[in-house]
Amino acid sequence: MRHVIVALMEDKPGVLNRVASLFRRRNFNIDSLAVGHSETPGISRMTIVVAGDDRTLEQVAKQLHKLINVTKVFDLSGAESVERELALVKVHATPNNRTEVIELANIFRGSIIDVSPESLIIEITGTADKIDSLVELLRPYGVKELSRTGVLAIARG
Amino acid sequence: MELNGGHIVWESLLREGVDVVFGYPGGSVIDLYDALLDYPIHHVLVRHEQGAAHAADGYARSTGKVGVCVATSGPGATNLVTGIATAYMDSVPMVAITGQVGMSVLGRDFFQEVDITGITLPITKHNYLVTDVHDLAPILKEAFYLARTGRPGPVLVDIPKNVQQAKAEFVYPDGIDSPGYRPSVRGNMRQVKMAAQLMNEATRPLIIAGGGVNRGGAWGELRSLMERYRAPVAMTLMGLGAFPENDPLSLGFIGMHGAASANHAADRADLIVAIGMRFSDRVTGKWSAWAPNAKIVHIDVDPAEIGKNIQPHVPIVGDVAHVLRQLSPLVEARTFEPWWDVIEVWKSEDRERDILSYETSELVPPYVIHRLSEITKGNALMVSDVGQNQMWEAQYYQHNRPRSLCTSGGLGTMGYAIPAAIGVQMGNPNDLVWVVAGDGGAQMTINQLGTIAQEKLPIKIAILNNSYLGMVRQWQEMFYCRRYCATPITSPDFVKVAEAYGIAGRMVACRDDVDEALQAAMDTPGPYVIEFRVKPEENVYPMVPAGQTVQDMIRRPRYNGPTLSEEAG
Repeated sequence: MRHVIVALMEDKPGVLNRVASLFRRRNFNIDSLAVGHSETPGISRMTIVVAGDDRTLEQVAKQLHKLINVTKVFDLSGAESVERELALVKVHATPNNRTEVIELANIFRGSIIDVSPESLIIEITGTADKIDSLVELLRPYGVKELSRTGVLAIARG
Repeated sequence: MELNGGHIVWESLLREGVDVVFGYPGGSVIDLYDALLDYPIHHVLVRHEQGAAHAADGYARSTGKVGVCVATSGPGATNLVTGIATAYMDSVPMVAITGQVGMSVLGRDFFQEVDITGITLPITKHNYLVTDVHDLAPILKEAFYLARTGRPGPVLVDIPKNVQQAKAEFVYPDGIDSPGYRPSVRGNMRQVKMAAQLMNEATRPLIIAGGGVNRGGAWGELRSLMERYRAPVAMTLMGLGAFPENDPLSLGFIGMHGAASANHAADRADLIVAIGMRFSDRVTGKWSAWAPNAKIVHIDVDPAEIGKNIQPHVPIVGDVAHVLRQLSPLVEARTFEPWWDVIEVWKSEDRERDILSYETSELVPPYVIHRLSEITKGNALMVSDVGQNQMWEAQYYQHNRPRSLCTSGGLGTMGYAIPAAIGVQMGNPNDLVWVVAGDGGAQMTINQLGTIAQEKLPIKIAILNNSYLGMVRQWQEMFYCRRYCATPITSPDFVKVAEAYGIAGRMVACRDDVDEALQAAMDTPGPYVIEFRVKPEENVYPMVPAGQTVQDMIRRPRYNGPTLSEEAG
């Protein structure tokens, strides 16, 4: 089962390395990982999407919490929360099919942020599923590059 | 006062109560060593840095204080790695200080540069690369605090050469500022009450004491609990000594090579109270089939151990000694007679199958350990290596004192014993320290006899030489059709090696000479080496094969050899 875990950590050198090393060492599989500043100066917020049963998830949370620089860990899976991911997709598009591609982007509320004779760059925000769907639809045109941020999540209320 | 980084290190260590460190100098720690001459801290020069880490580990396990080792950058630091991992697996409080190349050349693959904080990330509780001399004292404060509090463990501090040379005002902080580190001390009272209720209702309880009872100094609390609650007590390898084995409640050692009675007790128990242990596979065998009839109460300081291997019915996170103090008053006085009747039957079968009851004149390792235990009355500080020798030591030495056995349990580090004993003896100068090692492990770190000789440490070393890497040979015999691949091993004449180091010794090849040799070792001032030429193909019994259950336990075959009188006739 898929879980979204949020970890708050002191912004110290090597902290990202510690988390990555922990996941590898404990044999946990990460689907996505995103990190950036939080509302508190000096504290980073990491959002980790991980698949596993309840025992695995409990271990992920506890082992993360054992890292000295990690101040708080919570699982958003059970809670009411919103999730977003951002992706930039460079897709092959010629003057012949450019409109089709733009139309697809529009359906997904994506925006075109760069146009060149042979390609377009689409910026899209949404849940991971929504991004997956758009990317699948774009594949027949030729996805030249794809860059995704990984899931960010925050509890409602 | 303004001091350079090298002096700041020793000033900080003095304030942490450190009076001995184990180390080896090198280019990146010259400044640190230069400053050492100005401080009343004894430096033990080891013969290889692995030994420095093991010595710090032995010092820490036997005293409960933080052990300190020092090494230079590059190979000095990487040589510590096995010792740090050994300490990490067994939750030993240790601070490892390494030199690093200067900040201006860091990252350029400079001479003797290695990313030791990167390398030790998964085998330290925490580690630091000190980039500014002003951070040095606060980091050392934090390092010692982390090493000794909560679940103890090794902490590494990597100090670049220029940081050792740079100057800063020395102020040693009173506390640490680490918002993410809050180890639990008190157990949740609701959980404690639930545990007490289970203990009061149980008819076939088993208490298992793990390394946490030794590490957490909880043996007094355990004994006072057991004075009223007269249930059987088994110990993991790390827990040996936490409860005296000469107490009638003791079932001794539990696990893969533990007493059959202890493993049967776990199998039949209706309640297991696991204190300061982590349900290692070497204790439980197959996790899903272990203790099938028991409710489990798990007391541990590390929340991540709860449910990692075994899901308890009642988890209690907290300092083991503190939780036992909370639990004791709620537990009723009980005696469990019918349960003890069953256990006594198992115990009598243990004794009947015991190799010590065999009428043989062969020099078998259990006999050596048994005699050592008798002669020292279970009061020596024991340091065992890894393999068959370690299991025989655990089975046949009767450990009656807390923190009196140092051995590498989790990592199973061959070569641990001789260097670890250096730390044990340094930390306990008035105690008798005995090493039990095999011929394989002894050869891995035999160079540390040089350290023992230089420090004039009166360590007594028993080498059980069976001409094999015995534990692997035993597995090859039992599970690989006796195909002995790479397990026959030759040894030097250990007595001559000892002699070359200026250490006395003797060789023993028959049963009748064992007592006299052991006595001679203890009567001789200074170190002593005894090489016991033991029966080559002796196995450790009983054995629950890896990943299996008590039902699959392999027992010692019943004896049908010649009796002593037949041999004589």
